[in-house]
Amino acid sequence: MLYQPDRSQYPDMGPDGKLDIDLSSGKYLKLWQGPQHPGITGNMSLELTVCGDEVVEGKVHVGYLHRGFEKLMERRSFIQCFPIVCRICVPEPDFNEYCYAAAVEELAGIEISERAKWIRTLILEMGRINSYMMYLGGQAGALGMGVIGQWTTYVRDLMLDRFEELTGARIYHMFIIPGGVRDDLPAGFEDRMEETLKEIEATLKDVQEVMFQNAVFKKRTKGIGYIDPSLVDSYGITGPNARAAGIAKDVRADQPYLVYPHLDFEPVTGKDSDIFTRSDVRRRDVIMSVDLVRQILSRMPKKDGPLMAKLPNVLHWKIPRGETYIRGECSRGEYGFYVVTDGSGYPRRVNVRGPSYTHAMSLLQRMIVNVNIADVASLMVSLHTYPPEIER
Amino acid sequence: MRELYEKLKTRFPLGEFTDQRDNLGFITVDKDQLRPVLYHLRDHEGFSHLVLLTAVDWIEEDRFQLTYLLSNRTRSVDVGLRVMLDRGEPVMETIHDIWPTAATYQCELREMFGIDFPDSPGVMDDFILEGWDDLPPYRRDFDTKKYSDETYAHREGRVTHDPAEYMKKQLYPDEV
Amino acid sequence: MKEELQKRTVKGPDGFEFEVDPLNDYYCSEAPKAHPPAYAKIVESFFNWARSESIWILGFGTGCGAIEMRPLMTPRFDAYRFGVQWRPTPRQANLFIISGYLSVKTLKRAIRSYEQMQNPKYVLGLGSCTINGGMYWDSYNTIKKLDDYMPVDLFVAGCMPRPEALLASFEELKKVIKAGKAEGANAYAENFDWYKANQKKVIKDWDMPDYNW
Repeated sequence: MLYQPDRSQYPDMGPDGKLDIDLSSGKYLKLWQGPQHPGITGNMSLELTVCGDEVVEGKVHVGYLHRGFEKLMERRSFIQCFPIVCRICVPEPDFNEYCYAAAVEELAGIEISERAKWIRTLILEMGRINSYMMYLGGQAGALGMGVIGQWTTYVRDLMLDRFEELTGARIYHMFIIPGGVRDDLPAGFEDRMEETLKEIEATLKDVQEVMFQNAVFKKRTKGIGYIDPSLVDSYGITGPNARAAGIAKDVRADQPYLVYPHLDFEPVTGKDSDIFTRSDVRRRDVIMSVDLVRQILSRMPKKDGPLMAKLPNVLHWKIPRGETYIRGECSRGEYGFYVVTDGSGYPRRVNVRGPSYTHAMSLLQRMIVNVNIADVASLMVSLHTYPPEIER
Repeated sequence: MRELYEKLKTRFPLGEFTDQRDNLGFITVDKDQLRPVLYHLRDHEGFSHLVLLTAVDWIEEDRFQLTYLLSNRTRSVDVGLRVMLDRGEPVMETIHDIWPTAATYQCELREMFGIDFPDSPGVMDDFILEGWDDLPPYRRDFDTKKYSDETYAHREGRVTHDPAEYMKKQLYPDEV
Repeated sequence: MKEELQKRTVKGPDGFEFEVDPLNDYYCSEAPKAHPPAYAKIVESFFNWARSESIWILGFGTGCGAIEMRPLMTPRFDAYRFGVQWRPTPRQANLFIISGYLSVKTLKRAIRSYEQMQNPKYVLGLGSCTINGGMYWDSYNTIKKLDDYMPVDLFVAGCMPRPEALLASFEELKKVIKAGKAEGANAYAENFDWYKANQKKVIKDWDMPDYNW
């Protein structure tokens, strides 16, 4: 039986989404979830007004991770921006590198080599697997199933090993540089990758059996956290959250970038648009990513020239006035960089559009109303939010 | 993209057009023409997804540029609307009734650029910064290094170089 | 001052009315005191040994370093075998890992969390950004020198430090504690005014009491 909210005894919501609540009436309680709280993703906080165990109003507070990247990049030359962009988002840093590199290449008119494109796609797909593995553990953990997190974090670590042999770093790879990629695949990489992929597939099978067929998990996720498909456009919902609502929008298929036109895949969709469907869409998305990594490794052309395009002398590298927007489909949705140049050696303005920006702020504030307080954590995790990309 | 521009041009007075890619163009729109253009793009051209709303500070020209990036997800094309604001009086009409998510963007712009959006819900709330008492930080005349030097204690022994100067010395010592 | 910190009359569900003054009721108004060592050196050494072998970490991911905590909790690196575990609340933790840069907004919360932890307590600064600002040396929103705001027992350099570096740092921290040199909580109590002055210089809207435990 689905949980049916009854709002009749609460005050009405005003036009600005705020409730007129008298905290001293003793009926309502203001409760902060975060920033120091086990039930929150990263460093953000939810200011909840609860009545009993039901949330009457919620406000999302962000800004705890603000470092001012957009300002810092304005005082760094184009190549100096490259090492800091990946630090914008920790769990999936490669998208920042790709979007920034692609934007600079477009504005400066640099063509990159074919093999570099394949390696970039490979990195992005590997990062996606990592991010989803983190998510699956978090989603299970939010409902008290700690063991799933142990498994998925373990296989994510194996993938980090592949990253390490490819790029030299576990978390911040700094590999996709404007003009190409830093290095070629090491010898024997394909075989070791295949082993890792097999391990991931085995874990996914276990996760499917233990998590998705678990009665408690089903009861606590089916029918909860419903996103109406009509909200998808007005709230700027992208990625798996939109696909779970049955809207087959995937930037990889709609506006193919890098080598996605050469790969065979079909966007994964669901139809119920609840927490369960969103988790399931993501689980099937990992399976697709695993398949994509295999396709990339088998279809990648042989090396026939330098991986890096020739960059101008970085000291005199000036890019004429222009603006562009580069987007890609990261694990959470549409990730984009809006870059403006003004003819000098520094970017005029860089704006990062993280998918969590719309998901975690306006959408979550709307969805959190009337939810049982025990479901808040799993609802928030199911939107797959990473706070650092909201505030940069 | 030019097709769309020509089509729009018959209905609205439009400014400059930049054809960035075959699926991305930027159009300069007058401040009071923005709302009708947005409605037209959303309802008749299928640009139903507000990708982002941000600002660029053109301090030399004494104006702010607001960029409304819209996407048509069926045809996979994007259009950016540029609205120029006077830097001395940065006030803009809110569009949160067209896209609810715009309220968040407007709140951020109010805080980081000091551009006001009257009637946008929660626009005066703290979004990212807390207890900020200086110029809005994303403005060009705000010097982050100077602020950081004045506000925070730095550890002794850290040598700080101007990034460009340092790079020149290290990588290209013979350059003039 | 924030609405929830203001004095108000609250009516309970049973109709009983009472006054709430959050600043006085929810916080302690006494400054922290330095904790004297035990009466005999051997007893203090025994205490330090016991403390060093049960490092309980506060689960507060203040920055990007928090991403390497998950691998540490899981079988690959398994920090639990060193007596290290993560706790959800400051009251149960004795090690606070500042995992990376601290923005001013987080610093405020970090100070509160630190002060709510019980003595003896230790702070570990993770990443270059806690040491001298690291990548964000010219950022307007992050602090550059963590030990000005809370007493740090150990720094781990790197951006970002690997899980192995953290495991090594736990071992190092154990040595420091056993040697009786991890007296951060006492240093904080003794130099309380200095720390508060530093904190208030950065946190411009100080709207909480000085004592948070």
